[in-house]
Amino acid sequence: MPDRTSGDLRLAGVTKTYDAFTAVDQLDLVIPRGSFFALLGPSGCGKTTTLRMVAGLDQPTIGQIWIGDRDITETKAYERNVNTVFQSYALFPHLSVIDNVAFGLRRRKVSNYKAKAMEALDLVQLAHIARKKPGQLSGGMQQRVALARAVVNRPDVLLLDEPLGALDLKLRRQMQIELKRIQCEVGLTFVHVTHDQEEAMTMADTIAVMNAGRLEQVGDPATLYEHPRSTFVANFLGQSNLLEATVTSLAGMTADLDVHGVNLRLPLDRLANGASSVWLGVRPEKLRLVLPGSTDVGGGAGNRLSGVVTDASFTGLATNYLVRLPWGQELMVVQQNDGMPRAASGEHVTLDWAPEHGFALDADQDAHAGAQDRADDSGAT
Amino acid sequence: MEVTVVPPPRPARRSYTPYLLLLPGLAWLVVFFVVPTLSLASQSLQTGDVDNGYVQTWHVQTYLDALSRYWPHFLRSIAFAGTATVLTLLLAYPLAYFMTQKAGKWKNFLLVLVIAPFFTSFLIRTLAWQTILTDNGPVAELARSTHVTDALQWMRLTSNDSLMNSRFAVICGLTYNFLPFMILPLYASLDRLDHHLVEASGDLYATPVQTFWKVTWPLSLPGVVGGTLLTFIPAAGDYINSRLLGNTQTVMIGQVIDSEFLRVQDYPTAAALSFVLMFVIVLIVAVYVRRAGTEELI
Repeated sequence: MPDRTSGDLRLAGVTKTYDAFTAVDQLDLVIPRGSFFALLGPSGCGKTTTLRMVAGLDQPTIGQIWIGDRDITETKAYERNVNTVFQSYALFPHLSVIDNVAFGLRRRKVSNYKAKAMEALDLVQLAHIARKKPGQLSGGMQQRVALARAVVNRPDVLLLDEPLGALDLKLRRQMQIELKRIQCEVGLTFVHVTHDQEEAMTMADTIAVMNAGRLEQVGDPATLYEHPRSTFVANFLGQSNLLEATVTSLAGMTADLDVHGVNLRLPLDRLANGASSVWLGVRPEKLRLVLPGSTDVGGGAGNRLSGVVTDASFTGLATNYLVRLPWGQELMVVQQNDGMPRAASGEHVTLDWAPEHGFALDADQDAHAGAQDRADDSGAT
Repeated sequence: MEVTVVPPPRPARRSYTPYLLLLPGLAWLVVFFVVPTLSLASQSLQTGDVDNGYVQTWHVQTYLDALSRYWPHFLRSIAFAGTATVLTLLLAYPLAYFMTQKAGKWKNFLLVLVIAPFFTSFLIRTLAWQTILTDNGPVAELARSTHVTDALQWMRLTSNDSLMNSRFAVICGLTYNFLPFMILPLYASLDRLDHHLVEASGDLYATPVQTFWKVTWPLSLPGVVGGTLLTFIPAAGDYINSRLLGNTQTVMIGQVIDSEFLRVQDYPTAAALSFVLMFVIVLIVAVYVRRAGTEELI
């Protein structure tokens, strides 16, 4: 392959409007070379449009797209060193698998295209079906052929548009691991568009969460999960309990918050400067359910709320509870099946969590943003 | 644990429904294709005349005589039909491509326009070409003033300054009359073209021209083959266009068969010519379909 002077993929102020509708709004994004990057968001959030603009299939209305120090905004799709794995795979039905994989190489007049294509098929473990037509393959195999067809060109950026969307759950899990392995092996920049938060978290080094054409937050999966910066991210990535809170005092390293008359605490660095009313968030699995009469009272430094169990469902791995607080709000609690006694519906319990497991979000946001958009087809969590 | 009771396999009952459904079609084919074909075959090997009746004599010489007399008409028919087929393809492909890929909401309206000529009789539409190409009409005048007539004469498509009664007029008529039969199959196959494949081709470094030849064209081949067959086969046997728009030098084999049957009333020769025509067309089609590599698509 020729030496490439490519680098990071950079989107600068990219906007795409269709008539009155803004699909992508002022997107600024840097995707480091060699990273596995996920664009995550509900359908219609602009992630596929973003991908198509990077591929050159759509033109940004405003803004530039750079690869390294080259502005590729005006470059035609067929002149970009970018390849796409389409959601529908888009394999050429009239060509054999090997000819599909060699398609890009032959257009670029690469000399030993046959050998290179076979190598790519080896990478996805499909060398034995090189002579077959795509129509004779299963969905999972077609998916891997589509991947080989893109990877074989060693593009600067490889785009994956919901590549696992059409596969069943088991195959999807398998392909997630496979994709990650291939990415490590070839070291290409992968940009993966998905609406499945779990898929994004398992595979990507960095996730950009998009909503309504805008970036909500960019970060590694753990940061996004532990420190969401908006209610949308808090609800879209996993589940969150959000409590309406007022800041009452800032003392030392912790802040005191008032939640319906209960005093709860939060490390000071989790709080935005000057915020007075916030959503205090805590993940369901961070809450510990303490049964009445239990001698276990937690560390003592914990935040504590009491309530009544309104629903308990046992999933084997864990028990999911809904606990109603005195002011009527229900919190989700996930208790690992670690041998501790389980609570029953109607029981009075205490919820206990460490202050550092909380996070605070600006109070003027919708507390339910993103909750209904989440992909819940990803099986038991 | 729930016990599932597996019913014992029922004795396979033979279903006659598919055969019953085949029956009307088969009966039609037998009455209107198989029987006439056999009677035509028998007719071609008889001798005699209309007044005194025909006798089955297995006189193969009829075929040889017919061929030696009329081989130029065969060649001419194939040349005219082939030219008309190529012209319809050149006209229909861009049109069908535009209709399916670019026309958007106008798609159905354009489709109606393609089919609209069928609401008028084939004969009337062919006669209309006499008016279009008439010597003192605007088309002929324009052709003369732009020296198109000279070019046509040089290509031996016309023999003088007029457009009518020439090879040119016959080919125009054939092209016009069979154009919808080319457009419709092309339309059907291009309409099925998955736009993602075109995008994928561009994504894989193919220029628009390469994308056309490597993706769009091969995927539209079923339509191309279907359209060329639907155009070439009837055009090769056509006898209306050459009669209404041609001259004595443009007589096609369909016209010969027509006159042998109805005017000369030499039934054996007419039957023999019909068989030869059928054989020639089947041969050409078989070779063509094999070359196009689309056997499985027919």
